[in-house]
Amino acid sequence: METLACVKRVPDTGASIPLTDDERGIDTSTLGFTVSPHEECAVEEAVQQVEAHGGATTVLTLGPEVATEQLQTAVAREADKAVLLETDGSEWHPAATAKAIAAAVRAKSEDGAGFDLLLFGNEAADTEDHQVAVRVAHELDLPYVTAIKELDIENGTAVARREVSGGSEVYELDLPAVVAVKEGINSPRYPSMRSRMQAKKQPIERIEPERSDGDGGGLETIRLEAPAAGGGEAEILGEGPAAAPRVVDVLDDMGVL
Amino acid sequence: MSPDEFPSSAETVVVGAGIVGNSVAYHLAELGREDILLLDKGPLPDPGGSTGHASNFIMPVDHSKEMTHLTQESVRQYADMDTFTNSGGIEVARSDAQMAELERRVQSATAWDEPGELLTVEEVEEFVPYIETDVIKGGFYSPGGGVCDPLRAGEVMRARADAEADLTISANTEVLDLHVESGEIRAVETDRGTCRSDEVVVAAGIWSPKIASMAGVEVPLTPAVHQLISVGPIEYFEGFEGEISHPVVRDMDTRMYERPSGNDLEVGSYQHRPILWDVEDIMSIDEAPLSPTQPPLTQEAFMKSNEDALELMPELLDDPDAGIRYEIDGLLSVTPDGMPLVGPFQDVDGLWSCAAIWIKEAPAFGKHLAEWMVEGRPETDLHGANVNRFYEYGTSREFVKNRAHEGYQKIYGIVHPAEQWQSSRPLRTTGFHHQQEELGARFFEAAGWERAQWFESNEDLLDRYAEGIEPFERPHEWDSRWWSPIVLGEHLHMREKVAMVGDMGFTVFDLVGPGATEYAEKMAVGRMDVDVGKSVYTPILDENAGFRSDLSIVRTGENSYRVITGGGMGGADKQWFKQHLPVDGSVQLVDQTSALCTLGVWGPDARNVLESVAEEDVSHEAFPPYTAREITVGEVDAWALRISYVGERGWELYAPMEKGGRLWNTIEEAGAEYDIRPVGMGVYGTTGRMEKGYRLYGHELELDYTPAEAGLTFHGVKEADFIGKEAYAEAIEEENAATLCTLSVDDHAPEGGERRFMLGNEPILTPAGEPIDDAKGRRSYVTSAGTGPSVGAHLLMGYLPPKYAEEGQQLQVEYFGQRYPVTVEIVGSRPAFDPENERIRS
Repeated sequence: METLACVKRVPDTGASIPLTDDERGIDTSTLGFTVSPHEECAVEEAVQQVEAHGGATTVLTLGPEVATEQLQTAVAREADKAVLLETDGSEWHPAATAKAIAAAVRAKSEDGAGFDLLLFGNEAADTEDHQVAVRVAHELDLPYVTAIKELDIENGTAVARREVSGGSEVYELDLPAVVAVKEGINSPRYPSMRSRMQAKKQPIERIEPERSDGDGGGLETIRLEAPAAGGGEAEILGEGPAAAPRVVDVLDDMGVL
Repeated sequence: MSPDEFPSSAETVVVGAGIVGNSVAYHLAELGREDILLLDKGPLPDPGGSTGHASNFIMPVDHSKEMTHLTQESVRQYADMDTFTNSGGIEVARSDAQMAELERRVQSATAWDEPGELLTVEEVEEFVPYIETDVIKGGFYSPGGGVCDPLRAGEVMRARADAEADLTISANTEVLDLHVESGEIRAVETDRGTCRSDEVVVAAGIWSPKIASMAGVEVPLTPAVHQLISVGPIEYFEGFEGEISHPVVRDMDTRMYERPSGNDLEVGSYQHRPILWDVEDIMSIDEAPLSPTQPPLTQEAFMKSNEDALELMPELLDDPDAGIRYEIDGLLSVTPDGMPLVGPFQDVDGLWSCAAIWIKEAPAFGKHLAEWMVEGRPETDLHGANVNRFYEYGTSREFVKNRAHEGYQKIYGIVHPAEQWQSSRPLRTTGFHHQQEELGARFFEAAGWERAQWFESNEDLLDRYAEGIEPFERPHEWDSRWWSPIVLGEHLHMREKVAMVGDMGFTVFDLVGPGATEYAEKMAVGRMDVDVGKSVYTPILDENAGFRSDLSIVRTGENSYRVITGGGMGGADKQWFKQHLPVDGSVQLVDQTSALCTLGVWGPDARNVLESVAEEDVSHEAFPPYTAREITVGEVDAWALRISYVGERGWELYAPMEKGGRLWNTIEEAGAEYDIRPVGMGVYGTTGRMEKGYRLYGHELELDYTPAEAGLTFHGVKEADFIGKEAYAEAIEEENAATLCTLSVDDHAPEGGERRFMLGNEPILTPAGEPIDDAKGRRSYVTSAGTGPSVGAHLLMGYLPPKYAEEGQQLQVEYFGQRYPVTVEIVGSRPAFDPENERIRS
């Protein structure tokens, strides 16, 4: 089985996000980069399905040259191949991103190297558009489910489970299919030292994507704004068993007892 | 503890609650400070500084005596708080050069009284069965090594401080400003309020420069990356219990370490390219995903380390199930010379620094800084860590970055004791620099000053004095590194004819005002109420009669004195003098260091040379030894001091910096008929000094020894009061627990092979090969080493207890794993060369 996991390079931020002086971007000068936890799980799921059913995992991103860092991290986590849809680093509209990914998948398919399972994180960690996966599915005319926390492949069918209030929904999709997964579907592995070294040597296939959102897709970033900080005051209720009565009081006040 | 209220005043404020700040607060409370505010901008127990991500292992043996002793004291404190696990530690060698370095490590272990031994490859394997034996040649085992828990230690220290004193702990409190008035610290302004205090300690680690700058002073350190990953789970460790089950391994050739932690192995590296940060760029606590001092690992920089670690411990690390669970570019503090920055800031009274300190030394530095603050002196000698040592020359951001970049690459490296810095040079040059460069000077640096060590132009002296030089040629590369036999040629030429030596890079300052004599008396052991023009060489002591410095003070007028001291310690000396200036303003301190250059004219023909160009009478009668006066040398007005550190007839000529070149040329031309030669610091600092038995601060002279033990009691006990008088008087009466002696090496190759020459800091052993401890528990070691070509011996100095301080006593010295027979030549300060000082007095 051939699996594809798509990831997006995003700044690794803490509770407070530093902005550039014009407030139209994140000041990444001292930040590292990562992918969203959902996407880490997408990569892990792609690898695990291949481990179970054979085949190979390809990891793909659309982004600048430096995004090879995220591809290598995925390869160090046992993805087999890496594809970079190389851009100049500017933000792409989700519709354009989806078109470019779909075009690359279609081209692979025409070369006889198509994918059975296309995995995405439920949403990107930065923009949280929830757009790319569904648009790729639409472009490729494939079945699509979101927010999946359990996935089994049986005889060419994907059985996907999503948690809902009070229970879960189970879907069956014919492969090939597009599945957006959520954190919790698996525990992503850590890269080993050996695989980290091998990943650095892994060739990366570079494709120049065609950009279809020359005008930004009709969207323009005016200004970013940090949400007002919540009153996250912490109070130490005590130490050891002596703290128990205060804990009970607080729980009582909260109405959970 | 009252976490809710921010106090409006405190006796002492400690800024920073990492291991250093906690330790300072605790020891201050122990010593009687009653009202202490400890604050940090981060939360507790881990406020987000370097303490929170350190690997926390302790390897006690350092080539520096100071650092080894501070580490030993810190281990004692960690153990007392039940926060130390004694796992032992092993340094492994992959190369022959590193094996030799490990032999030197054993030597330092013996010298500083810390256990340590060499291990064969098989013995290393017994301790760490998972090491790849094919890649190592052996190891050094430090049984005293282990790991500590500095966050837990911080909690214990805060609790203990709270039990002793009124301690207010204020976490999540950011310092916004330090208020300084009339050169004194007055208050700490924070986002929770302003706290008045006249005593503030900056213990803010990598943020210290930022905090100190609020008071207008500089802490010369830069944040630098130390890469660290943690790999696990390691199946092998699952069979063992506890935080650490096997010794920490330092892979010295690759400048890395592997430290077991539970069932993980932490792999840390200093071999990657130096990655320096600006303090302004460090993330805030809110912005940082992990903590401000744990930015993400720069992976490409770690690749070589990754490979090296896999090579050394494949059994543990080359396992697909063992993942990299944690990886950071850990930020720590790096200073221009790798040593900490501790002590009082000289420009702001009441403001103290305690920064750039490793986990392994932090409790001890906290203790000794607290002693310094409360009692006026640290119990142990901290001269190598004095924050003032870069004062007025080495605090610029550029200098700090350049030296930190260079110094980072020396961490875990094999660093020769005479190794010179390459970056930011030349920084301080005198009026002679150009002339010296043309003469092929090999420059060494001291306190930023370029000082000629020897001159390639003197190569011809090798032939002329071949007979005296040949026995002291150094065939081994290590012994001859940063050295040249030309030094010996220059020495012998100076003894026979005449030499010009300069600039020595002195720190010079004048004490001026109606209270000058009284003040000078208070500072110095020697009598200061002397005739105008008289020079006095004197120890400067602390209250306990330990050495603060040794220097010359010249009475230049009724109410003025000139202090001349070594450049390296000039900043600390100046701070000490400033600290004790009378509060009534009756004495002013005027720094002349950058105004004056110094040229020594020394040797049998020195008077002939000076006479021919001086306007004044410089005869012995008109210009007696140990006096100073203004003279005119050619066109140059100079202040001449008839003194010599090399044991020769002659003068130090102090001239305005801008006339230095002219003075050099005048003396050089006048000296041509006497074959005057430029002579470097190799003679001044070592060969000449050793033959004369002159003690050097930081080597022979330090707080751990008294003037009586150093043989510097020729002043007796003067009537006037002076700092340390009581203890000094007692020390003179007591029998010395050890006496500084001069020894000679009897055989440089007792077992054949290459002749070796000690360089200093080697252990002195009994004839049976045992270490020697005096009654105060101080171990005997070589404080200085250098060849004395005029006495035909390689000379060593060292303190010996009475049993061995006998002239003619045979002993041994250990050097790179070999033992060499030595003889005690002189007990006390009598010079080996010209013991009656006839040359100086002629």
